[in-house]
Amino acid sequence: MDTPSRAVAETPARTSPRSGVTGWYRRFTRTERILHALLMLTFVGCALSGLPLLEADRPWAPVLARMLGGFQTAGLIHRVCAAVMIGVFVTHVGTLTMRGLRKRSVLALVWGPESMVPQPQDVVDIYHNFKWFLGRGPRPVFDRWTYWEKFDYWAVFWGMFIIGGSGLLLWFPFFFGKLLPGWMFNIASLVHGEEALLAVGFIFTIHFFNGHLRPEKFPMDTAVFTGRMPAEELVHERARLYDRLQATRTLAREEAPAPTLESRAFGWVVGGTALALGVVTILLILYSAISS
Amino acid sequence: MALRRGTATARLTHVNAIFEASLHSWPNPRRDISVKGSAMLRSSFLRIATVLLLSAASTCWAKPAPVASPATSPNDTCLACHGASDAKDSAGKSIAVSADAFAQSIHAQSGIACTSCHADVSVDKLPHGEKLKPVACANCHDKQVKEYSATVHGMARRGGNSVAATCTDCHGKHDIRPSKDPASRTNHANLEATCSSCHGNAALVAQAKLPGGNIGSEFHDSIHGRALAGAAQSAAPTCTNCHGTHNILPVGEEASRVNRAHVPETCGTCHGAVLAKFNSGQHGKMRQAGNTAAPVCTDCHSAHEIQRHESPKFQTAVIGQCGGCHADYLTTYRDTFHGQVTALGYSQVATCASCHGAHEILPASNPASTVSAENRVKTCQTCHANASAKFVSWDPHASREDKTRNPIYFYAAKFMEWLLIGVFAFFGLHTLFWFARLVIDKVRR
Repeated sequence: MDTPSRAVAETPARTSPRSGVTGWYRRFTRTERILHALLMLTFVGCALSGLPLLEADRPWAPVLARMLGGFQTAGLIHRVCAAVMIGVFVTHVGTLTMRGLRKRSVLALVWGPESMVPQPQDVVDIYHNFKWFLGRGPRPVFDRWTYWEKFDYWAVFWGMFIIGGSGLLLWFPFFFGKLLPGWMFNIASLVHGEEALLAVGFIFTIHFFNGHLRPEKFPMDTAVFTGRMPAEELVHERARLYDRLQATRTLAREEAPAPTLESRAFGWVVGGTALALGVVTILLILYSAISS
Repeated sequence: MALRRGTATARLTHVNAIFEASLHSWPNPRRDISVKGSAMLRSSFLRIATVLLLSAASTCWAKPAPVASPATSPNDTCLACHGASDAKDSAGKSIAVSADAFAQSIHAQSGIACTSCHADVSVDKLPHGEKLKPVACANCHDKQVKEYSATVHGMARRGGNSVAATCTDCHGKHDIRPSKDPASRTNHANLEATCSSCHGNAALVAQAKLPGGNIGSEFHDSIHGRALAGAAQSAAPTCTNCHGTHNILPVGEEASRVNRAHVPETCGTCHGAVLAKFNSGQHGKMRQAGNTAAPVCTDCHSAHEIQRHESPKFQTAVIGQCGGCHADYLTTYRDTFHGQVTALGYSQVATCASCHGAHEILPASNPASTVSAENRVKTCQTCHANASAKFVSWDPHASREDKTRNPIYFYAAKFMEWLLIGVFAFFGLHTLFWFARLVIDKVRR
């Protein structure tokens, strides 16, 4: 039953815990960690500098705008963060392209358990996870990427196109004004704000909970800063990955030295700051929603 | 001769006795005077005594009335007691009259006697009774008092309001000076302070519920109040320029100069060019057509807190005034970058007036309007120098509710709404269930 080529419909629940596996395993590459850190910082920067405009009629909005140095300085911060974020996105797409070229196969990138592209297995995982939530089944285990991680990932892709595209339109209205009808700018400012609410609301609540704040990981999972996950996580949560690596005898290749103190400290300080800012932002949005 | 001298001496003794008696029958204040202002009393007493003695010694045997001499006047007789700065009546209330201030007053200068106003006092019968009748200014100023009685102040007085201003509240009492005199309470430069003694007195405003609240402090910081404190004082309007003097009427009365029906003309007495512009604009035309809801100057500028139109505070606040009538347009404006930045209190981006104009606002259907199809590019170019016809086809009042005006915008908004609802509903439940499961498992274990 426990083979890597397990059929899609079968429940990947583990009944016996593995023992004897210790140490740390690779989770993210150095490039991915740097990109995540930059994405995180620019995201918080864009959120804090953009929210005063989006929620301009709230009492805290002028205060925050003044703290950032006025709306013009806030706009500058917003554009600098946006430019860096676009850079992060382009770099990521670039590394994916390189990876695809190196392996001479786009297929591995878009299909199979290593791919970020949603698989039929993800639908099954959602079903089993909800069954477990409701106490109707065992807790499912996952491969390298869970369905909620894939959702977060594609949400950024979607957001980059929607927010990034509309943002560029609003940034360079005269250039785009020559090409596009005026109503496109109405749509651009609408979706820029709405998608921003979606992204900020999602990242600072759902993503924070899934990745960091849920009781098993509380207060945060430093994997994305250190690039390592403990063997325990691989064996218990990502047991399908563990089985697959063992079956292909590539488990040893995934082993990694324990995270350095510096990388963990970086995770705690920078990640913790982002978490705190995110929670503050959510409180401001909730305050807005309640007081309106 | 001996008899005469004796009689004269007896007479003087008699007068002395009267005065001594009066010191007791006219109790506290006099006694105070006798102690504190004894020097003055002594000199007054000697003067009266001398006059009496002289009159007695010459002809007037039976009548001890003081006779005007070149050196004295009936007013001096009054000031003999009232001239003391600490003169008080039996209740301890000051009855002092400043001789200097009175001497400078228009009444003294015109040779009016104290008893002309205080007609129930006679210098023949001193000391006079303690309770005097109120002075009737109307005896001389008949026309002004008649006018006053029809004003908001006069009507309030008649209605039993004991704090509403009467003649003396604005003009003073013994120190009344002509309005042209820079020291007059009713001089142009001093009227703000005079009116503010009630309308800028926070305690009185609250106690008497004066209409308009603390107008004094509002006016003082207004563009008019500041101008009054500056070099252009004589040209700057003070309270009476808008409200009138002996004809101040309640704002609700149509005859009032500050009633909605007359506000533009009242302001227009100084701002004639603006009035002409206003009259040719949509708001002015509505008003001429008899629409009483049409805005007048004070609706946008306020009455007493008028600010410079360049001030960010005014420019961002007046948007709310436009929105008071044009609520839908305010909502859609707030959805734009312009509306968001001004909501934060910054005025560097377009406000209503930037595109629509201020006094000369015309509907977009009018080709002369700043927002007409013909003028739109030019209007946008005042800020966006590169604005093109395509650029200005952006809708500054796109409504996410209005399917006919902006169908694509409408559906885009609907799509985004449902996207947000969908994502947060699914992952909200996902997170909630997950959290609940982890807690339940932990509790069971």
